[in-house]
Amino acid sequence: MSVTREYPIPATKESQISFIQELRPALSLVALFTIITGFLLPMAFTGVMQLVLPYQANGSLIRVNGQIVGSAIIGQNFTSTKYFTSRPSALTGTDSKGNTIPTPYDASESGASNLGPASATLLQNIQQRIAAYRKTYGPGVVPADAVTASGSGLDPDISVPNALRQAPAIAAARKISADKVTALVNQMTHHAFLGIVGTDHVNVLQLNLALDALPAS
Amino acid sequence: MTIQGLLYIALVFALVLGSAFPMGRYLAAIFEGRVKYFSALENGFYKLAGVDPNRAMRWQDYAVTLLLLSVIHFLLLYAILRLQFYLPYNPQGIAGMSPRLAFNTAASFTTNTNWQAYVPEAQISNGAQMLGLAVHMFISAAAGIAAAAAVMRAFTGSGLKSLGNFYVDLTRISLYLLIPVTIIAGALLVIAGSPQLFPNVPFATAHTLDAGSQTIAMGPVAFQEAIKEFGTNGGGWYNANSAHPFENPNAWTNLLENWLDLVIGFGLPIAFGFMIKDKKQGRALMYAMAIILALGCVGTYAAEAAGNPLHIAAGLSASDGNMEGKEVRFGIPASTTFNVAATGTSTGAVDSFTDSYMPLAGSIPIFLMQLGEVTPGGVGSGFYTIIVFALLSVFVAGLMVGRTPEYLGKKVQAKEIKLAMLGVLILTVFILAGAGFSLMTASGVGSLANGGPHGLSEMLYAWTSATENNGSAMAGLSADTPLLDFGLGSAMLFGRFAFMIPILAIAGSLAAKPKLPASAGTFPTDGPLFIGLLIGVIIILGGLQYLPADTLGPLADHFLLYSGKTF
Repeated sequence: MSVTREYPIPATKESQISFIQELRPALSLVALFTIITGFLLPMAFTGVMQLVLPYQANGSLIRVNGQIVGSAIIGQNFTSTKYFTSRPSALTGTDSKGNTIPTPYDASESGASNLGPASATLLQNIQQRIAAYRKTYGPGVVPADAVTASGSGLDPDISVPNALRQAPAIAAARKISADKVTALVNQMTHHAFLGIVGTDHVNVLQLNLALDALPAS
Repeated sequence: MTIQGLLYIALVFALVLGSAFPMGRYLAAIFEGRVKYFSALENGFYKLAGVDPNRAMRWQDYAVTLLLLSVIHFLLLYAILRLQFYLPYNPQGIAGMSPRLAFNTAASFTTNTNWQAYVPEAQISNGAQMLGLAVHMFISAAAGIAAAAAVMRAFTGSGLKSLGNFYVDLTRISLYLLIPVTIIAGALLVIAGSPQLFPNVPFATAHTLDAGSQTIAMGPVAFQEAIKEFGTNGGGWYNANSAHPFENPNAWTNLLENWLDLVIGFGLPIAFGFMIKDKKQGRALMYAMAIILALGCVGTYAAEAAGNPLHIAAGLSASDGNMEGKEVRFGIPASTTFNVAATGTSTGAVDSFTDSYMPLAGSIPIFLMQLGEVTPGGVGSGFYTIIVFALLSVFVAGLMVGRTPEYLGKKVQAKEIKLAMLGVLILTVFILAGAGFSLMTASGVGSLANGGPHGLSEMLYAWTSATENNGSAMAGLSADTPLLDFGLGSAMLFGRFAFMIPILAIAGSLAAKPKLPASAGTFPTDGPLFIGLLIGVIIILGGLQYLPADTLGPLADHFLLYSGKTF
């Protein structure tokens, strides 16, 4: 089959390229696109989003008694035994003396450990975290998410097995029945869609807020 | 590995390949000037910019205008990055970038690479992200697609002098494709929780439940995130890229971003089929891309799902897979599929950190980049690269039977094959020599975050990613050093333009040739035989050159790890 067809742009002029002549269109297009895609569009888009979806557009901030306690989708650090603990976070900062110190869940930054699979440091970290986890939550196999650092350092979620392992210790610290805490975990679990898209997990901040809201028994 | 995990991969492919057909049809309509929704705006653009939309460009004109626009835009971004302290909308008061970091970053965004040697939260202002980086995400993507359209036109007829008009292509692709989809996808991301605001204080401050405080960096994230994926750019608003909950709030946005990454890449060969009025030819190219990518997705998923034997021996649950550097809301299959898709395209976005992947899992992203970014590659660049491989495939087939090879009725002769081989080899030299040289210097070795073969993988990954314009990293590497800023910056520019120009030259040469009717002796390029041959040529030509280097990196890493060695 032979196709003989000129490209639809008619060749009206013999083109003779000259850098000087091309400067105007090239400069103008860069300027136009900078104004449109770098300024006008994001401004208009932001305006509409602020109007239509103000909660999400402003970072899904949760307020309790008028005070911001965090973002619903950004993890935070919990050290108290009364709360579920988030995953390890690899974020670091510098202290006043210039030393590198861990700053878990500092959401002014983000990042992973970037330790390789054969890293001795990573193995040591994981062994120490496993020992600490077992000390607090009892012996047994440890869920992977409980002792590995997340990609963002701000992972808001933990796996359901991890939450269920933590539940009895938290119930004991709060002096409420373990069943109640376990039931809360199950109630707060997000499920994977048809088991395919997403995972079964619990949002730690939302879970802990729900814990605080439980009526005292 | 679970059935559900494999079903997830199947779902991604079903969605992407299913939408590649309407996308391809629409792309062809844009390239042929049949899309006119905003023609008044479009014509206003041409008037303002002094563009004559009826001018037909020879391949040289096309290349020169593309280069000139890129150079101007490069200089503008360099200036913005150096001067960001004085520019508006810098609530954090971030200082201007150093000359070498600004060079590296400007090269990175001009070439659609989006390699990030800087830490976004600390080293770039909100204003510079918007006015500088986001604009490049549109323009560099549109320029890549425009070059692909030019190459497609070479096959549409006999004795063609023109490959189209670069300014017109650039404008139409932005106006009718990139901008509308970015707005829709950006709105979906906001619905899911991606922020879009102009804060006048640098951070939101939260008083956490545990009696501490937390500062949260926010800005107009969603808009940039959408074009970051759709234009196969990959430059994250945040350091953690798509692992950050604000860039990628849940499993659905993860799926959306994955789709955005792939859909233009797979749509372009389909568009080609429409342009040359032979849809089967386009589909053959698409299937070759898809088969390689699917194998990569399954392989990476299998390696990550198996977990790390050292950690399992320490007491970690064996069924959870390797969760280091991954987010709970995505899980293993969606994390690995995202990263493989982003390295099979030139996106380089990550939702999990490749440096912490198991050695074999990490070897697949690097191998996909080494193949030359054709599965489906960067928007536009993936298409014109697979055309090079298609020419080499018919050449190989022609050698076997002793006939002058033809592709789509165009005779493929010495000139085209020389230029094609130049394109393929030129990048290899840059990658292997660059990584090798870096590792011989104290500065290069000092940049490595991990010891043993994994360190070599980090450096090889960096040079591969930069030269192939991918932009992902084994992110432990400290990339803001004089050696790597200048070295990788040059690699990105070279990898983009030293490859694109020979291909435009090939297109110009083929365009001028008569389009011969197919005869009984013509090697069919639309069937399984050609798809198999093409995959073979991609893997042998693209991949085997790197096998020795990959053996010293990921493969050695794998065997040492399984023998219990740590570094």
